[in-house]
Formats: sequence, structure tokens, C-alpha cells
Amino acid sequence: MARWRAYHTPATVAEALTLLHQHKDKARIIAGGTDLILDMEAEQAEAPEVLVDVTKVGGIDRVAQEDGWIVLGAGITHTQIENSPLLRAHARCLTESCGVIGGPQVRNVATLGGNVAHALPAADGTIGLLALEAEVEVAAHSARGALHRWQPLLSIFAGPGRNRLAPDQMLHAFRFRPTGARAGNAFDRIMRPQGVALPVLGIAARVRMDARLRRVEDAVIAIGPAGPTPFRATSAEEVLTTAEAFDDETVEKAIAAAQTQASLRSSKYRASQAYRHEMIGVLLRRVLQTSVERARVNDAPAEAEDA
Amino acid sequence: MTQLTLTVNGEERCLDVPPSRYLAEVLRYDLGLTGTKIGCDEAECGCCTVIVDGQSVDSCIYPAFKAQGAQVLTIEGLAQKREGCEDESCDAIELHPLQDAFIRHGATQCGFCTPGFIMQAKTLLDENPDPSEVEIKECLKDTYCRCTGYTAIISSVKAASEYLRTGRMPDAVLPPVMKPLTQIGQPLQRPDAVDKVTGAALYTDDYTFDGMLFGATLRSEHPHARIRSIDADAARALEGVHAVLTHADVPGDPRHGLVENDWPVFAGGRFPARYVGDPIALAVAETAEIAQQALALIGVDYEVLEAVTDPRDALQPDAPQLHPDRPDGNLLKHIKVRHGDVEAGFAAADVVVERTYRTPMTEHAFLEPECALAVPAGYNGVRPSTSKERGAAKYDSDKLTVYVGSQIPYSDRRQVAKSLGLDDEEVRVIGTLMGGGFGGKEDIAGQIHAALAAQVTGRPVKILYSRQESLIFHPKRHSTIIRIKTGALRDGTLTAVEAELYGDSGAYASLGEKVMTRATTHATGPYVMPHARIDCYAMYTNNAPSGAFRGFGVTQSAFAVESNLDIVAAELGMDPAELRRKNVMRVGVETATGQELIESVGLLECLDKVEEDIKSSEAADSSSLSCDPWAPVQVGSKRYAWGIAAGYKNTGLGGGAPDKAEAEVEVFPDGTAAIRTSSAEMGQNLVGVLAACTAQELGLPFEKVHVTVMDTDLTPDGGPSTASRQTYVSGNAARLAARAMRQQMQNVLAEKFDTHPEVIAFHEGLAYVDERRLAKMHGAELPVEGANGTNGSAGGILPGSTRTISFADAVNALLAENRLPKIRYEYWAPQTQPLGTGGDMHFAFSYAVHAAQVSVDTDTGEVAVERVISAHDVGRAINPLSLLGQIEGGIVMGIGNALTENYIVEDGVPWTERLGQYKMPGIKMTPKMDSHIVEHPTADGPYGAKGVGEISSIPISPAITNAICNAVGVRCLALPVDQDALLLAMRDGEKEIDGHWGQTGEWLVVSNGTDAR
Repeated sequence: MARWRAYHTPATVAEALTLLHQHKDKARIIAGGTDLILDMEAEQAEAPEVLVDVTKVGGIDRVAQEDGWIVLGAGITHTQIENSPLLRAHARCLTESCGVIGGPQVRNVATLGGNVAHALPAADGTIGLLALEAEVEVAAHSARGALHRWQPLLSIFAGPGRNRLAPDQMLHAFRFRPTGARAGNAFDRIMRPQGVALPVLGIAARVRMDARLRRVEDAVIAIGPAGPTPFRATSAEEVLTTAEAFDDETVEKAIAAAQTQASLRSSKYRASQAYRHEMIGVLLRRVLQTSVERARVNDAPAEAEDA
Repeated sequence: MTQLTLTVNGEERCLDVPPSRYLAEVLRYDLGLTGTKIGCDEAECGCCTVIVDGQSVDSCIYPAFKAQGAQVLTIEGLAQKREGCEDESCDAIELHPLQDAFIRHGATQCGFCTPGFIMQAKTLLDENPDPSEVEIKECLKDTYCRCTGYTAIISSVKAASEYLRTGRMPDAVLPPVMKPLTQIGQPLQRPDAVDKVTGAALYTDDYTFDGMLFGATLRSEHPHARIRSIDADAARALEGVHAVLTHADVPGDPRHGLVENDWPVFAGGRFPARYVGDPIALAVAETAEIAQQALALIGVDYEVLEAVTDPRDALQPDAPQLHPDRPDGNLLKHIKVRHGDVEAGFAAADVVVERTYRTPMTEHAFLEPECALAVPAGYNGVRPSTSKERGAAKYDSDKLTVYVGSQIPYSDRRQVAKSLGLDDEEVRVIGTLMGGGFGGKEDIAGQIHAALAAQVTGRPVKILYSRQESLIFHPKRHSTIIRIKTGALRDGTLTAVEAELYGDSGAYASLGEKVMTRATTHATGPYVMPHARIDCYAMYTNNAPSGAFRGFGVTQSAFAVESNLDIVAAELGMDPAELRRKNVMRVGVETATGQELIESVGLLECLDKVEEDIKSSEAADSSSLSCDPWAPVQVGSKRYAWGIAAGYKNTGLGGGAPDKAEAEVEVFPDGTAAIRTSSAEMGQNLVGVLAACTAQELGLPFEKVHVTVMDTDLTPDGGPSTASRQTYVSGNAARLAARAMRQQMQNVLAEKFDTHPEVIAFHEGLAYVDERRLAKMHGAELPVEGANGTNGSAGGILPGSTRTISFADAVNALLAENRLPKIRYEYWAPQTQPLGTGGDMHFAFSYAVHAAQVSVDTDTGEVAVERVISAHDVGRAINPLSLLGQIEGGIVMGIGNALTENYIVEDGVPWTERLGQYKMPGIKMTPKMDSHIVEHPTADGPYGAKGVGEISSIPISPAITNAICNAVGVRCLALPVDQDALLLAMRDGEKEIDGHWGQTGEWLVVSNGTDAR
């Protein structure tokens, strides 16, 4: 493959956006590069002339609790996520999903922003974020400087491997609400040991229990791949939140609802539709059980600070 | 060019490099730090791991400019110069504890993955001084080794961490072996170990010459196509391009091949392209990038021909013919075993079981992709040396020289010379270190192309294959379809076997006929089989060629034999181990090819050892209430069970092929010796075996023996490194060369000491008169002075004996007598007979029994191998540490064969294009392994030894599928096991599945190319 001719490492969002604006379609953002470069090497992505490395942009790898939100810079690496006490306290579904991607060499450089921008419906980190009802901050170039806007995570996906960002826009940050009392979340996935990189199925769930810890008051379930973009199993969420109690019967109903709503299909060498159908049951049982267990012991999460 | 400033191993470096460089390229090619290896270019294998600002990264896809201003640590920066050794020339180094532990625990074999493992493990120990086994596996989960099976790596990391905490380095734990000699049976450190753990070891791509050009190969896009024309004008016109070579440029034989001369150097002209990957043209340019760009400018006018991609279709009369000049069409060989009367055998049987099994095409996945570097005759340039070198690495500028990591250097020389129209003597092949072979580096890869390009351009030319190119190009393990029918009496006695095998040999013969012959003759399993009728059809198809791969056909037939045997046991209600015990080969029995086994059959002892271990481990496991060791145990969603299988594998070429190896020994007045043979070191530690045999015979310390291998000018022909033969054949050549040298020295010293040659002994670098032996010899004739006073010192050296000289002086004595200090020995292995003649097809067999405990998750169908108990009859353990490495590595490779590996080709077009699509087992798949060594010596083997390279990966696959069946009642008839199909079979109550991973069956709806969902 032909490689890029210029490699820029801007220090600010404004600089990054200016470079992207200047080079338009000839430039691409690179973060960790662990997806982009593989796609370029496999000639699945057209080699750009200019790479704009956003990982040195100030604050792009921050984790902080600000104004009632937990905010993550888009350039945070999977290793940083795994090791963050704040995220371990509030976003187990994210630390768990980011902790299983690749090996340490990849997680040390691969970023959450890259995972989301790649827009694969089965991307582990994305599924974890989705269960947290995360928002994404998009920074866009304009004549008057960078424009920042928060929008729902799901709004940036256009289809498998395609996002809705313009060539002169970039992901800048993610945010989600801290896990409150009686709330818990979890992630699990099914892989196969053979030559396919993406999971057969991954599910993240977040629940909040009622005061008596009997029924689920609030639930978010994210599943991938279950459609062309990362998927929320809203009908299963509704089953959970309208049930009298969180018990086996409720879980089985939620599973049935998720299986009905998800558009599963057979993908080559990865999984049959029938197998994925079964795995929705297996994984949902596991992550709901774990989330509820976590919620029940989670009266009020301690304030964890990142070093 | 842009300026890159970074600190590498503590030294600030400032470079002008293109902005598109990856860090691994900067380290290797701009800074000459070749210890960092490139294994895949896709962040999959971890060979390229380096540490950037304290964090490990895969440097092969890490843009170098990400490291602007960073601190980079590579393998070369790990060992420190020993204190008080500041002088440039001093090379005394203090190894990092990880490096030391990797040597002591046998964690480096081919060594190509070693730098990556050590760097990655270092990041763990830096953060966690006492990691658990789970933490070690998590840390190394994406760092791949194809040789060791990972157990030695895990124990090395534990040992290093213990050393860092306590200052004490624990030794490797080895299975017991028979009483060792001074060198034989000792776990000696491999001679190349220090180079391999420090990054000093040189593989072909680590060599550079001034003025060197780079070659890139254009390959066929079609499985079968006539090439009407090739337009290379634009490519030749590209600046920096020196040549574009095609079939028209081959001066000599346009085809090559190991057995059949059927593989075109370039497809084109009268030779169609016969598989996707067949070479069509070679671009030679100033840089590898320009050579690649040139390929894009070559226009090929293909006439696409109908392809045949199923071996059964290939046998049909109307099938497209691959090699119209062959009398048997697409049939490469019909191989037959006829023994007794199978009809009578089945008529007598109480139970007859017949099934059809399938095994996939699999890939060696050696971590070093192929590389060939040719230097033209008369080239007067300089070879900049980046690292210390052995004498053998010097090249002779009078000859066209090819540097390559090859399993058969002399065969390379013959094939290169023939295609270039030269005499063999006009070509020299120098073997560099090899990053694994496993049978995949026997055929010609880039050797002829590089040599031709060097001839044409007058410049050194390097051709390095990318991982992706390596995958599509080189011969694979044959996929097979095996129908097998087994008959048995009620008491378990086997009565007959009938089998029909189809082997997909692909586009070219390679070693296909030999491989499938082995599959056929071993299709009785290691059992007494009164009646056998076995037919095998080795077929040409338009898939990638298949050839040698560890196990050489026996891996495939063993899967069918051992699976069928468990079905027989189930039908008889018999214990599967008992069924095997009743039938196993023993001394005195005859094989189905008519060979009487007269010695060295340790199979029963292997079975005893494994069975004993399973029973005691089950008894110790309180959760197991059943007295049936094969019954499943459920824990949570997982069901555990054991499965067992046996196997055997010939040592040596056999079948009437002349099997010899030559070795040359030389002794030096400095008290050292050299042993030379062209046999290939590919990680298995043949060099250690050769050194041990030589040291043993000459009574020298191991480190006083220098080994040179793989050089057609410096080393005599050791034959191919295949068929588990080198310990036996080259080991014997080294042993007997050294023995001949010893005898010569004995004669000279006997004169000097005025005694009998037989009483001159050699031990620990000394030569002396063994006075006790002498006394014994003369009995009452000689007064035995002082002998009564000694209490049997090992070597018989008497205190105060004056008749002792150093080995160095002994060599001087030899030279003083004008005797040559060099002896060449040609060892001929015992003669064998061709299949069908009824004689001894092989001069030795190795035997093994493997038991695997698997867990099957009944919720998900996921299968894991938890434990493996094995016993191998290897005749004699020459080096128990290396032997264990061969066993553990073979077992884990077999786990891959059962559970993960499949080189997928769809209608002749490879789907498996990248290493990420071909998962070999990673460290997390390594089970707990208990390995017994059984030693039933074979009379002609060196100290009784026979081969082990292949047998260790043979019984494991059926042991695993037998265990799966014991666990969940589903029989897998095809490999690799697919959790998806397994789960659905469990759900639907199916007892047998022939669905396997990689199958394009009805249940798999083909998605779009990106497979994003």
C-alpha cells in the first residue's frame, strides 16, 4: 500500500481542526492507529496523504468528574481506562469491555475515541459506553474557531464502519452520569478462538434498583452486533423496568424481548444467527445478574479520584 | 524526510526519515537494531514489541513519529555491560534476569519471538514483582510463540520474578530420564541462547549489504489462468527500478521442485498460474517500497481457466487438468496398503464402525516470514556488520551466494543452480538463523528469484515476504477427507481396517506424495491390525500446494483412526484405554506394511504412565465420584472430561529412500573442536544435540565444541531436516565423526604413552591413560601400581598419574604426527524398503500417548483444554530441556490443529489473508502439561535416541475430540472444532457433527466483504 506523506502532531484542538480543514478528504485522524493502519495495510481504507495524530492534543486523555458528569477525553487509551479508579467505581461495563480488547501492546495505544469512530456495531468499548448512555463531544472546524457540541453517542453512527463526522470534525470527549446509589453495570462477551477479531456478541447492561432492591427502576442494555450500528435493546429494558420484581421470569422475558428486537444475522466464520440468538440469552443472564448484584451492594459509590 | 529525535536504549538519536516510517523500520533499518523482529505487520504476533516511555507497543504498525521525543527501549538495551568492562571491545555482559531465565528454562527455541516476549514480560515485572500465572498469561496474551508451547515462557517469567525478589533463580523442572552421561541426557544450555535473548541473533532479514536492492513478487490473482502476456514497460520505466523479471528471463530449468520438477520459477509462457499466489514477475528496485510500486504497474493479461478445488472433483475424468503432461492427470499418486484379507476381518468382527472425517488445510505460521538474500559472484561490496558474527557468516565473493533460512540447504543449492543454468558448485547457500520451519521451509520460496535477480543486476538482492505473502504462497498441511472402517471382536481385539483418503496436494507436488504415503501407512494407528486395505489419492488441485508440516500426514490419519477407535470402544462398552492396551504395537509384532518390530517399542509403557496419572489425578479430585476416569464432571456451566489417543511416527525418510548425513569434525590446538553439517537448525536445538554428541565422544566440555550448520561450502550434506530425522541421522554422523577422531587421537597418544589405543580416555578436556582399564586389560601380567589405592574415580584418572595431557596438547601431538585434524564421516541409516515390498519401511518409530482434559461450556459451546498428560517414547533423551520444548511445543501446536487453525480457501481464493485470520494458540490456551519421557533405546540411534519433532503433535487432536465426546456426547468428525456447531448440536440432541469452523455451509450466510457485523 502507498503510505501517507505527512504526519502532523497538533497540540490543540484548533490546530488539529485547521489541519483537517486544510487537507479535507486527503487527511485522516489517527489516534492509536491500531484499527486505521490495519485497514490501510489491508487496503480496506484508502491511504490518506496526511495523518493528523490527535493523541498529543492537550487534555485529550483526561478522566475527570465535572459538573455532575464523568468526562473522558477521546484520546484516553484502553489501558488508562482499565486502570482508572474513577471508571472502575462508576463504569465497570466500560473498564470490563476495554480490558478485553487485544493484548496490552494494543491497549496501550488504542483509544476509546478510535474505537467509537471506527463505528463497528460490535466494538466492545462502544457497547460499554452505550450502556452508560454516554454523550459524545464533537469538535468542528469553523471560521471563528473550534465549535464544540455534545450529542448522543448513537447519533454519530451511520452504518457498519461508517460514522457521521465530517472530514473537519473530530471526537473530543465522552461524558456520562456517575453511577448513583443502587445502580450497577457490567459487560460480557462471547469470542471464538479462531481467526476472527471481532466478538461473536457483546452485551453491556446498566441497572438501577428501587429502594427495596427488588425491582429494576431503570435499565439500559447495549448489544453488538445486533444491527448495522451499535444497538439498544429498548424492549428488553422496558420488560425489566415494568416488571414487579427482578427474578428469573423477568430475565427470561427480557431475553425474549431482546431476541425479538435484535436483528441478528449470520456473519461469515464468526457466528450463525441461531448461535447469536442463544448467546443473547447467555450473556444477558450473566450481565443482568452481575449488574443487579453490583447495584444491591452499591448504596452510594465512594468518590474515587484518579491520580 | 523529516527530523525524528528520540532516545533509544539511553542514547539520543536524531534521524532524517520519511514521515511514513513505522518505529520497527526505524529501529531495524535506520538504526541497525535488528533485535526487534517483524513477524506480521498487523500488531498480531508481538515479535516487534518495544517499550516506549514505559509502555509496550507493537512497533510494526506504530508510526515512528508517535515516538518523537520519547524514550525507547529495545532488546539490545536490556543486558548491561559487566561492571569494570567499559572498554568498547569487551563484550562481557550482565544479562537481565528475564534473559537469563529464558535461557535456563528453555524458553527460547527458534528465538524469533524471544525479544518481543522478554520486552513484554519486562513491563509486567516492572509493575508487579510477583505476578500470578493468570497475570503472566494476561500480559502475554497477544505475544505469540510457535515453538515452545509457552510453558517454558511462563516458568521463565516466574523464575525471573523470583530472582528479582529473592536473588535466587529457580531451575527448570524436568521429567526424569535415564542416568545421564557427561553430555548426553543433560539439560545443557543451547549454544545460540545468549544471542537469541539479547537480540544479537541474525536472521536473513537482519543481513544488509552495501548497494543491496530489493525484490517484490507479483503473484497470480486467479487460481487457474493462462497468462497471455505481461506488460512490464511502465514498471521498468519507474525510477529506481533495476529489473522486472519474468519466465522469459530464467536461463536454466524453468521449473523446480523437491520431488517432482513441476513448479515454475515464474508462471507465464507455457506454464499457467495454478493457484492464487503463483509467482508471475519479480520487480527489483532500490527500495522495497519502489519494488512494490512497480508491481502495481505491471499489466497481466489473464485467460481465466476453470479451476478445480476439491480433491474428489479433481479425480473426475472431466475435471480441468493442472498438469496435462502428467500421465495420471490430476492424480499425483494412488497409494495402497494391502495386508491380509479385510473381508474376512470384517466378517469376523462383532462391531464395525465406519465414519468419514475431515481435516483442514493448516499453516505453519512460523514467526519469521521467508526471506532470501543473494549476492552475485564477484561482488566486491561491503557487508556492514551490525552485530557479532560467527565464522560461517562470511561470504565468498567468488560465488553466487544465497542467504536463507532453509530446512534443506543442499536442495536449495541444487534447485537454484539448475534454474540458473549453473553447476551446483557455482552456488553457495548459507543458512542464517531460522525463525521456525515446521516443514514449511523445505520448498523453494524466494531463493531462485533472489539469485536470478542478483545475477541480472550484479547487485545483492533481498526478497523479504510480508506475512500476508507468506500465508498465500507457501505449501500447507494437506486437507484430507478420510473414510475409515474399523472392525473389532467383542473382547476388543481389532480385526480389520479399511480406509480411503483424499489428500489435497494443491497446485504442485512439493512433498505431497511422501506426506500422503505416511498418512496411508500410519492409518492402522499404532496397533496390531491383522487385515488392512487402505487407498489414498493424493490429488492436484488449484488450491495452495500442500507439503511437509510437522506430523507429515500422520496428524490427519491419526485423527480418523483414534476417533473411530473411541466409537468402537463405546459400542463395545469398553474403556478406551483398555481397548488400546489390547491392541498396541509391541516388540515382535508386524505392521500392516509387513515390518516386524524387533526393538524399541515403548508404547505400552507410555499408556501405563498416562493412565496411572489420570487415575491418580481423578482420585485426588474430590468432585469426581465416579470410578470411570472418562466420565464427565459438571462444575457450573462447564463440563470436564478426559480423552485419550495414541500415535506413532517414523523417524527418517524411510520407504527405501537412501537416508544419510555427513558431518565433519575438526580439532584445534586451543583445545576446542568444531562439528559441521548442513542440517538445519530451526529452533529444535539440533546444534545442541550435535555439540553434545561431539563433546561426549571427545571428552570435551560442551562449550568447547563449536557447531556450524547450513552452509554448502563449509558444511557437508546432512540431508533434509524433515521426518524427525536429524537427531538420529545427523546426530549419528556427528557422533561417529567425533568417534573416528577420538580413535585417531587414541592411536597417536598410544604411541606417545607406549600403550594400547583402547586405554586412552578423554574426559573434561583431558586425554589420559586409563590405568584401571589398562590394569584390567592386562590382568595379572602387569603390576597395578597405585590402582588399589584409588576408589574408582569416574574417569579413571589416577592421583599423580603422569600420563595425562590436555586435549590441546593431544591435538598438537596429532598435528606433530602430520595427521589431519579434520575427519568427515558419512553416516548411512539402516536401509529401508519401499511400500508394498513387505520389508522394513522405516528404521525406527517413536510412540506417544496423550490424554487431554477438556472443559466444554454447555451454555456457549466454548472448548478449553485444561490439562494434558503425555508420554513419549523417544529412545533416549539427548537433552531433556530441549526435548521437553519439542514435546510441549508439539502438543500446543496440536491443540491449534484441533481447536483454532484452518487456512480457509474459497473456490481457490484464500480467505485467510492475514495472521489475524489464522489464530495459532496463544498463551491463554496453554494447558497444564505433565510430560513423561519413556526411553526404549533403538540400537542404531545415537545413544539410543530416535525422533520426537513430530510425534508430539500427533495424538493430541483426537485426544481432545475424544474428550469433548466424553464430556458432552457429541462426536466431532471434522476439525477445527466449532463452538457454534457444537452448541447447536448439544441443544438439538445431535450426536455427531461434521460442521467445523471455516466451513461455508448452509447455516453460514455469507455477508459483505468487510464482515463488519
